This record gives sequence, structure tokens and C-alpha cells, in this order.
Amino acid sequence: MIFSYELLAQAIVTGILIGGIFALISVGLSMIWGVMRIINFAHGEFLMIGMYIAYFLTAKAGWDPYLTIFITTPMLFLVGALIFQSTIRPILKDPSMNQIMLTLGLSLILQNLALVVFKADVLTSSTAYTRMNFMLGPVVVRGSQLIAFVGSALTAVFLYWFLQKTESGRAIRATAQNREAAALVGVNVRTTYLLAFGIGSATLGVAASLMIPFYYTSPTVGLFFGLIAYVVVVLGGLGNFIGALVAGLIIGLTESVGAAMLPGSLSRVLTYSLFVVVLLFRPQGIFGGKQQ
Amino acid sequence: MLTVKDLKVQYGAFVALHGVSLSVTEGQVVSIVGANGAGKTTLINTISGLLRPTAGEISFEGRELARLESHTIASLGIVQVPEGRKLFPDMTVYENLLMGSYSKRAKQYRKESLEMVFHLFPRLEQRTKQLARTLSGGEQQMLAVGRAVMSKPRLMMFDEPSLGLAPLLVQSIFQTIRQLKEAGMTIMLVEQNVRQSLQISDYAYVLETGQIVLEGSGQAVLENEHTRKAYLGI
Ligand SMILES: Nc1ncnc2c1ncn2[C@@H]1O[C@H](COP(=O)(O)OP(=O)(O)OP(=O)(O)O)[C@@H](O)[C@H]1O
Ligand SMILES: [Mg+2]
Repeated sequence: MIFSYELLAQAIVTGILIGGIFALISVGLSMIWGVMRIINFAHGEFLMIGMYIAYFLTAKAGWDPYLTIFITTPMLFLVGALIFQSTIRPILKDPSMNQIMLTLGLSLILQNLALVVFKADVLTSSTAYTRMNFMLGPVVVRGSQLIAFVGSALTAVFLYWFLQKTESGRAIRATAQNREAAALVGVNVRTTYLLAFGIGSATLGVAASLMIPFYYTSPTVGLFFGLIAYVVVVLGGLGNFIGALVAGLIIGLTESVGAAMLPGSLSRVLTYSLFVVVLLFRPQGIFGGKQQ
Repeated sequence: MLTVKDLKVQYGAFVALHGVSLSVTEGQVVSIVGANGAGKTTLINTISGLLRPTAGEISFEGRELARLESHTIASLGIVQVPEGRKLFPDMTVYENLLMGSYSKRAKQYRKESLEMVFHLFPRLEQRTKQLARTLSGGEQQMLAVGRAVMSKPRLMMFDEPSLGLAPLLVQSIFQTIRQLKEAGMTIMLVEQNVRQSLQISDYAYVLETGQIVLEGSGQAVLENEHTRKAYLGI
């Protein structure tokens, strides 16, 4: 591969834009961990559900992709809340191995259900935004990716504000920091868990709608994004909100620059090597596992 | 105001409380004296709803508590200053205080409760933006008490509030409890400083291995032969 600064500049811009989406996909997972110490291995599949909803609304019903946010977000909140209530809540006090098996099982069920219902087809919905590109010097900026980045940033800021400044957000943080103390000041821990899981899942609805103009939908799309989210969350420090955002950008850059500089699928190796190195030398993540 | 009847609490097969009965009268300070492991924290946590009794009743102003959840009990105005403080470590002093008045009833009085807390602990007012985990031990205890005061409590249960504090700070904790008592607060007090806590108590119970072995006015328990030997070292 021939090295060029144009190529590098392109990779950096794309990396940052994609990193924004990675960050958005990860904050919910990180928050859920922070509050109830559970990693939802079906997180990627939740995103897949959101993408199918967004896909059908845009490709079949002719909606503007960004308008679908108002459907995907509440739908994913519901999906999250229902799945939490029916399957995750009962095993919250069980050994972590059982929890891992359960959410892994969930992810397989959702993937295979999608395979049965939607077939293995890779669906792309080309919208007006898909071809809205412009030049920044030698670099091509894809409009849809720029919108996704801005949308992700706004969502993250909104979520941060919610957690910091509202009564419910504060209750979520309090529960994450000391569950018993929260109960003792009058926080209903059960509804707070439900709310946190619902919100953590709802962020995937936003992400799904933002991604639909430039990313394909398939039953296995959750595999890649789920894995990215776990890497980002560990890298940023489990439960660390800001850490997840920064780590999302780092992984976006690593993926994109790696793909531009390294042959074939070596870039993926780079991402996961980074993950392994962090786990080996800084298991608390680069920013530490501080609470949100 | 609070009546506990034949309360039995177990951790698995281990019985921590064997039928404890006691009552707390409005406006009084009631001490629970007992050695380590006697079951004092178990009693307080059961009243708070963190633990479920296997038998017995707890009633607060005629309302049965034993089957209510912690957050409901908190909203009735029963609060504890827990053993080990249990602050929200990554929240600021101010946010910890706001959490104290989370329940609907307490929220209405948030402003005046804040004034009361800052009156009791001027130190906290200067540190509103500091994270709880960076406070000194004494300040953390002030915050724990302050957070409880924020809940506009009707009954405050203190679980060893002076644990690990220097003598001067122990005095200021007792000073605070006296101030609260004068303001009309109903208090249940568990303290290692048996003499001092009995001196400010209207009534006291001695708890030994999960059973009440002695009760009486603070003064009477203080002068009791058994108490003097076992808890005052005289
Ligand atoms: N989670 C638990 N599981 C099993 N046993 C417990 C548990 N918590 C307390 N116990 C036991 O119950 C008994 C009463 O404990 P508790 O904490 O109520 O005592 P305490 O009077 O508060 O003691 P201290 O003065 O040391 O705080 C002790 O024997 C203790 O070992
Ligand atoms: Mg105790």
C-alpha cells in the first residue's frame, strides 16, 4: 500500500466521524454496567433491531431516516425494558457466569430470529443523505457520517445533562454508587434499574437511525458493533461515561487509520490487540473505572 | 411512634435477632446498647426495610412496616445515618444533600432543610462542590448526618456515628444529636460511647446476642450493675 498524507487525512476524518457513532453505541452499555454491574452481550443485537425498524421505515414506508429516531428510540427503550424485566432482572443476583450465558443466549436468539424473519440479506437503504458528500481540502466528508457524528454528540451531551442535572438522572447515579444508600433515601431501586436499562437501550435506537443512511442492515450487524462497544467500554473504564466517549473516538481512529495503513483485515487485529493490551496492563481502562 | 414486637431476623440459618421488642416515643432519644455483633445494625436495617424479618411486627404511627420496601419506608420519614456512612462517593456534597431529599415529601422542604444543614454544619456549606470521597472522615460524617436531615425525618436512627472519629469530633457529633433533640427530633441511637449516649437518652435498651436483656430510663440503665460491668468497665 502506498502511503500518502491525503489517505491519512481521509482516514483520520472518517475515523473521528465513525468514532462518534462508536461512542454513542457504547455509553449505554457502560451506564448499564455502572448501575447494575451487568454486561448485556445482546447490546449489538438491540442495535440490529433498531436498524431493521429504521430500515423498514425508510426503505419501505418512505420516511426520512432522521425522522425514524422518534420511533426507534422509544421502541428500543421498550425492547430494553421488556427484555430486562422478563429475563435479566431475575438473574441480577446470580453469579456473573450465569448472567454472561443468559445475555449471550439472548444475542444468539435475536440473531437467529432475524435470520429467520429477514433472511441473511444485507439491506441498504439509499436515501438522499447517502450521496450528500463534500470536500474538505483533499478529504471527502460524507454528509451522512457528519450528521451521525453531530447527532451522536448531541445525544451524549443530552444524556450527560440528564444524568447530572435531573432528579431521575441523579437517582441513577446514586444507585450506581451505593444501591443501599439510594434505597435508604427513598430511591426505588427496581424502577431505577428498569429506567437505566431502558435508557441504555434507547441510545441504540438513536444510533440505528443515524446509521441507516450509510450502513447496511443484516442479522449479524450486531456482532461487529456489539464487539466494538465492549472494547470501547473496557478501554474507557467500565461505567465511566466520559471514558466511553473518548474511547469511542480512539477506536474509530484505530479502525479507520488501521484500515488505510494496513493490508486487508489486519486493522481489526489492531483494534483487538489494543483491547488485549489494555486488559493486560490497565484492566481498569485508560481512564479508570470511575463512576459516571 | 415506633413499636417493634417479637422481631426475629435471620441471616440464612443464623438467627441475629431472637424476638426483640421495643418502642420509641415521639420526641425522645432512645439508645440501643450492645457489644459488637449483638444485632444493633441488624435491628436498624430491618426497620429500614433493607432486611426482612422472619417473624414479628414493626409499626410506625400505626402503620405496619415489616412488608414495605426501603424506599417506601424512607418516604414515611424514617431515615438512618448508616454504619460506615454510605455516602455517594462520586457525587458532590451538594448532590449528596439533594439525594437526601429525594422522596416527594422531603422535596417540598428542600430549601429550609438545606438551611438547617448548613446551620448545623457550616463546614459543609464551604464544600458544596467537593466530591464526597475527598472529604475528611469528620466531614464525611457531617455529610451523612446532613443527608439524613435533608430527608425531613420524623425518626432518625444513628448507627455508630462517631466510629473512627477523633475525640473532639465525637463531642461535636454528640453536640449535633443534642441540637436535633432540642429541635424536637425523635432519635434512635446506637453508639460505642455508652456513657455519653445513655446520658442524653430518655430511654435505653441493652441488646445481647439478639435479645433485649435490660431496659429502662437512660439514667437507670447507666446506674445498672450489669451495664456498669459489661459496658462501662467499672
Ligand atoms: N450479612 C450477614 N450474613 C451473615 N451474618 C451476618 C450478616 N450481617 C451480620 N451478621 C451477623 O449477625 C450478628 C449481628 O450483626 P450486627 O451487624 O447487627 O451487629 P452489631 O450489633 O451492629 O455489631 P457492631 O457493633 O460490630 O456493628 C453478628 O453475629 C453478625 O456476624
Ligand atoms: Mg453495627
